Amino acid sequence: MNTKKAMLIDITLCIGCNSCQDACKKANNLAEGGEKKLSPSAYTALEEHDGVFVRRMCQHCEEPTCASVCPVGAFTKTPEGPVLYDENKCIGCRYCMQACPFQVPRYEWSSTYPRVQKCIFCHGRITQGLQPACAEACPTGATKFGNRDDLIREALERIKTEPTKYVNRIYGQHEVGGTSILYITNVPFEQLGFKTELQATALPTLTWNALSKIPGVVTVGGVFLYGIWWITNRRTEVQRFERKLAEMEQRSNGNHS
Amino acid sequence: MKQFLSKLTFWKVTAAVILLAGASATAIRFFGGLGAATNLSDEFPWGLWIGFDVLCGVGLAAGGFTLAAIVYIFNVKRFEPIIRPTILTAFLGYLLVIVALMFDLGRPLQIWHAFIMWNPRSVMFEVAWCVILYTAVLSLEFAPVVLEKFNMTKTIKVMKKVTIPLIITGVLLSTLHQSSLGSLYLIVPEKLYGLWYSTSLPIFFFVSAVSVGCAMMILESFLSSRAFNRGLEMNLLTEIGRVAVLVLGVLLTMKIVDLADRHAFSLLMQPRMETYLYWFEISIGVLIPLVLLAIRKVRENQNGLFLSAVMIIIGFILNRMNIAITGMEGWAGVSYFPTWMEITVTLSIVVGGFVIFSLAAKYLSLFKHEEHEKSSQPINEWIEDLRTVSQGN
Repeated sequence: MNTKKAMLIDITLCIGCNSCQDACKKANNLAEGGEKKLSPSAYTALEEHDGVFVRRMCQHCEEPTCASVCPVGAFTKTPEGPVLYDENKCIGCRYCMQACPFQVPRYEWSSTYPRVQKCIFCHGRITQGLQPACAEACPTGATKFGNRDDLIREALERIKTEPTKYVNRIYGQHEVGGTSILYITNVPFEQLGFKTELQATALPTLTWNALSKIPGVVTVGGVFLYGIWWITNRRTEVQRFERKLAEMEQRSNGNHS
Repeated sequence: MKQFLSKLTFWKVTAAVILLAGASATAIRFFGGLGAATNLSDEFPWGLWIGFDVLCGVGLAAGGFTLAAIVYIFNVKRFEPIIRPTILTAFLGYLLVIVALMFDLGRPLQIWHAFIMWNPRSVMFEVAWCVILYTAVLSLEFAPVVLEKFNMTKTIKVMKKVTIPLIITGVLLSTLHQSSLGSLYLIVPEKLYGLWYSTSLPIFFFVSAVSVGCAMMILESFLSSRAFNRGLEMNLLTEIGRVAVLVLGVLLTMKIVDLADRHAFSLLMQPRMETYLYWFEISIGVLIPLVLLAIRKVRENQNGLFLSAVMIIIGFILNRMNIAITGMEGWAGVSYFPTWMEITVTLSIVVGGFVIFSLAAKYLSLFKHEEHEKSSQPINEWIEDLRTVSQGN
């Protein structure tokens, strides 16, 4: 049985009531502010694009870029789906922010001991068998929580029943290897600020291609450099020796005569 | 000496002003946070400190491993006169990178986490270890110069025994480190503009580091010869210029092949900012110095050589800044320009490097080298053995 959880966000159903953000702030003890953009105190925010509301949050990638780039392993992907951040490990290099294909992680720029902040997919609630606070609060069902496989099936079903209404694409199904947050919409994704050029390959593969070559570079390089040194060193040694030998011979010849 | 001081007064005043501004910027950074001191944002999390201090700092230190390989591995001993200042520059470069990182990291005091919390899948993890290990190697490579000052001949003898393994380790670490800075950007295929993003970024970073290593050797020799009234090893530098031609040629060819592979030639003609910056960078840093240095007369001329080296260095800095900053701005959708605090901290670190270098030049024998005779010691013993054997017969 697949226990991987996900959320399906149906943009056509969102009325922009902001209940999701309010509930999120309550559940995660975040300062109030009614932000219209992600911020260190807003794990989720409703962005308005020409009257259409797009709920932004961490996508919880199947193969998270942030988890792969973090030098101290401060990010982990849990089996249930959430990508979690451990502030006690973080050194503040911000490579996660630089690398995230969705521009999600936020930083506490004004703090002298800053944290990276982002949605945690209400990990605590999920493991207790509850829904994330936002999904529970959504009055229209625009955000729906469930098993990832089931939600993909449901999304396909919705698109199939109303093909003229929906764009034929589930954003998050394949992007950068798939994500736990899935979107369907009636307005083209490009017009809603989605990064539609993302490939289906998980980004960590790109760096891994380079990193996995290191052992080879070290061994081959080491042997190569040592070999060159041995040859060049040997050559000068032999030259020096021959010179000395010639000198000695000359000297001994001189003695004999 | 007096003349030397009075000549430098202007620079001393400038340095003092920079350091003063840098000190106040430092206070703002550590008491007010990154937000108070920098123009960094959630959309643009890496700025001047990573783009210049780290990427360029490490690159400009590349003379160290290039020359170490030439002298010790390829055994071209006639370059020995410039090895000490070059290794020192590399060592300073790395120290400066570490200082800059302490400014840029959000939680600098947690930097030791990199030692114990491993994530081998992270390029940044590789970078961290390369910085730590190569700084250690460089300090060992330079240690004999300091030990000499205190007449610690025994320690020096022991260290001499491990020279070759040390140099090989250093060259390998540098190779990994230079290329890994390029690998950092492999993870942002959509964010970094197409003229710069390539899966060959690690190789480009490595080859361009070797080219700038050559240029730095030339520049350092010129500057120190002027500042300390030494002669100039023109014949050596001319040869380094020739090596630079080869390296630049390789770099240019690889870049062209790469653009062809990616079907990205059309990007070279688009009327947009990135295109102009790219052409500027390639002309200054690769095309023009390649042509200039290929001409023998230019190579053998002091001014020609110096100018070419400076162009390579400027082109290199432009390349790193384009990758770290201008090439990323388009996707991020924001423009970034560093604050006076970011700039003065950077300048202060550079000034610090100059100060340490000139102190070392004054108190350590950076430019002297009396090792030639000593190195023939073992061969004499060998000859002695041979003599006794032949006499026995």
